[in-house]
Amino acid sequence: MSETDRKIRVLVAKPGLDGHDRGAKVIASVFRDAGFEVIYTGLHQTPEMIVSAAVQEDVDVVAMSVLSGAHMTLFPRVRELLDAEGADHVLLTGGGIIPEDDMKELEKKGVGRLFGPGTPTTEAVRYIREWFEENRQPEGV
Amino acid sequence: MSSERTSPSDPHDASSPTPETAAETPAGELSSALAALVEGMAQGNRSSLARAISVVENERAGFQDLLHTLLSRGRAGGTRVGITGPPGAGKSSLVSAFARLCRRGRQEVGIVAVDPTSPYSGGALLGDRIRMNDLATDPGIFIRSMASRGSLGGLATTTKEVMDVMDAFGFPRLLVETVGVGQTELEITGAADAIVVVLTPESGDGIQAMKAGLMEIADVFVVNKADRPGADRLVKEIRSALKLRSGEVPGAGSGHHGPAGHHGPSGAPSPAPERKEASGDRASEEPEVERWVPPVLLTMGQTGEGVEELVQTVDRHREWLEGSGELDRRRRRRTADRIRDVLDRELKRRVRRELARESVLAQALDRIARGEGTPYSEAAAFLELMGVDPAQAPLPAGGDGAEAAR
Ligand SMILES: Nc1nc2c(ncn2[C@@H]2O[C@H](COP(=O)(O)OP(=O)(O)O)[C@@H](O)[C@H]2O)c(=O)[nH]1
Ligand SMILES: [Mg+2]
Repeated sequence: MSETDRKIRVLVAKPGLDGHDRGAKVIASVFRDAGFEVIYTGLHQTPEMIVSAAVQEDVDVVAMSVLSGAHMTLFPRVRELLDAEGADHVLLTGGGIIPEDDMKELEKKGVGRLFGPGTPTTEAVRYIREWFEENRQPEGV
Repeated sequence: MSSERTSPSDPHDASSPTPETAAETPAGELSSALAALVEGMAQGNRSSLARAISVVENERAGFQDLLHTLLSRGRAGGTRVGITGPPGAGKSSLVSAFARLCRRGRQEVGIVAVDPTSPYSGGALLGDRIRMNDLATDPGIFIRSMASRGSLGGLATTTKEVMDVMDAFGFPRLLVETVGVGQTELEITGAADAIVVVLTPESGDGIQAMKAGLMEIADVFVVNKADRPGADRLVKEIRSALKLRSGEVPGAGSGHHGPAGHHGPSGAPSPAPERKEASGDRASEEPEVERWVPPVLLTMGQTGEGVEELVQTVDRHREWLEGSGELDRRRRRRTADRIRDVLDRELKRRVRRELARESVLAQALDRIARGEGTPYSEAAAFLELMGVDPAQAPLPAGGDGAEAAR
C-alpha cells in the first residue's frame, strides 16, 4: 500500500453524560463505509479519555458528537489537550446542535468544521477527505 | 510529526550490519524523522510510540530499518499473551480485566486489539476500546487498535511487528486480541508466548473450537460468561476433548497417561505442569520435559470474576515455558517464521517493482501473444533479470497463494 492511499484514521467520540450514542454509532458506520478506519470508544468519554485514545491510536481526525449543549466547553478543551500532547496536527471536527455563531467562535479556537443535525453525512466524509489530502504529506511520519 | 519530511541522517549508526551497497535492503540507516521516534521512545514518549507503530503498520519508507534499530537495542522481553476466540466471547472484556489486575501490581501493559476490515469499503469499525474504558487514562496502559486489512489469520499482517515495537518500548506485559471472525485464527501463535482461547456456553463454541484447531494451540482455555447456562458442561466437554487428544479414555481418572499429544493433558481437575513419567514410551523422540496441561478456567468478563486465576495461570505457564526450554523453542520457531515473512515480503515487493518498470511486462505479453513464450518462460526471464538463477529457484507461487497460506 502506498502512503498516499493509506487509511484515514478517525476517532469517533461521544463525550458527556447523555445516555444514548445512536448518532455517534451512525456516523462511525458511515465513516467505515467511506473506507476510514474508525475507532469507537463508547459513551461518556471525558476530554482526557478522548485525547489519550487519540494519541495512542495516532488518529488523523477526532470527530465528536455533542448534543448536550456543552460544545463551547468540550471542543476547546479537547483542542487544548490535543495541542498539549503534541497532537496539534489532528483535525478536531464534529456535530451536534450548534448555533452558527458558536461554530465561528470555535473555528477561531482551532476547531474544524462542525455539522448540524440536518447535514447529509456525505458532507462530513467529503470534508475529512479533502482535509486529509491537503494536510497530510505522503511521506509524513 | 505528520508534517515532517524524512531526510537523510548522519551516518553515525556504526552498528548497522548492512553494507551500503543495497539501498533497498533492510537494516539500513534511519532517516532523521525515524531516529527522532526511536529517541522519543527511549525517553518514554507515547506519541513517539504511537507514530512508530503507524510507520510499521503502514509499512512506510524505512519501517524495516526502524524495526531493526528497535530490536537491536535489546530492550524487548515482555511477556506476550494472546487472547483468541469467537466474536462476542468476551475477549476485550477479559483483556481489560486482565490488564486491570496487572496494574494492581504496578505492571505496565501494552495492548493490541485487532478487528476486521470491511471487505466492501476497506474501512473498519474498531470497537475493542469500548470494553477497556476504565483503562483509558491510565498512564501505565497503552492500547492500540488495528484493522485486519484483509489478512485472514486473525491478525493484521503487521501485528507481530507492532507487538515488537510495543515490546521495545519496555512494557513488561503485552496482550494481543485477535479479530474473532475466522475459524482459523492460528496466526496468534506467531505473536504470543501464551495463547488463551476464550469460549462461551452459547452457540456450540466447544465443537467449533476443536474443528478449528484451537485445541492444538491453546495453552489455557477460558469458558467465559460463567453466568450463562451450560458453562459447567462446556468446561467438562473441553476437558474430555483434551483427554481424548491425549489418547486417554474420558472419565478414566487421572492416574495415568498414554502417549501424549502435543500438550499431553491429564485428567487433573485443575491441571498444572506434570513431570512426564520416565518409563520410556515414545520418550525417545521427545526431550524429557514437564508437560503443560491446558487448564480450563471459568470467568465472567464483565465483573472480572475468575480473571485473577487466569493471570496466575498465565504466570504459571510462563514459569513452565522458561523452565522447560519451551520458550526458547517457541521463540526460535517464531524468529524463523519472521525471517521467512520478511523475505517473502521483500521479494514480492522487488518482483512487483521490477514488473512495473517501463514496458517490461508489456513486452513479455507481446512475446506471449506472438507465440514466442509462455508465462513460465517469461517468469524465468524475469528472475534471471533480477539476478536469481531460475534453475535454482522455484518460481514464485503467485502472490495470493503465498499470502493466504501465512
Ligand atoms: N453475560 C455475560 N456477558 C459478558 C461476559 N463477559 C463479557 N460479556 C459481554 O459480551 C459482549 C461481548 O464482549 P466483548 O468483550 O466485546 O467480546 P469480544 O468480541 O470477544 O471482544 C459484551 O456485551 C460484554 O459485555 C460475561 O461474563 N457474562
Ligand atoms: Mg473484542
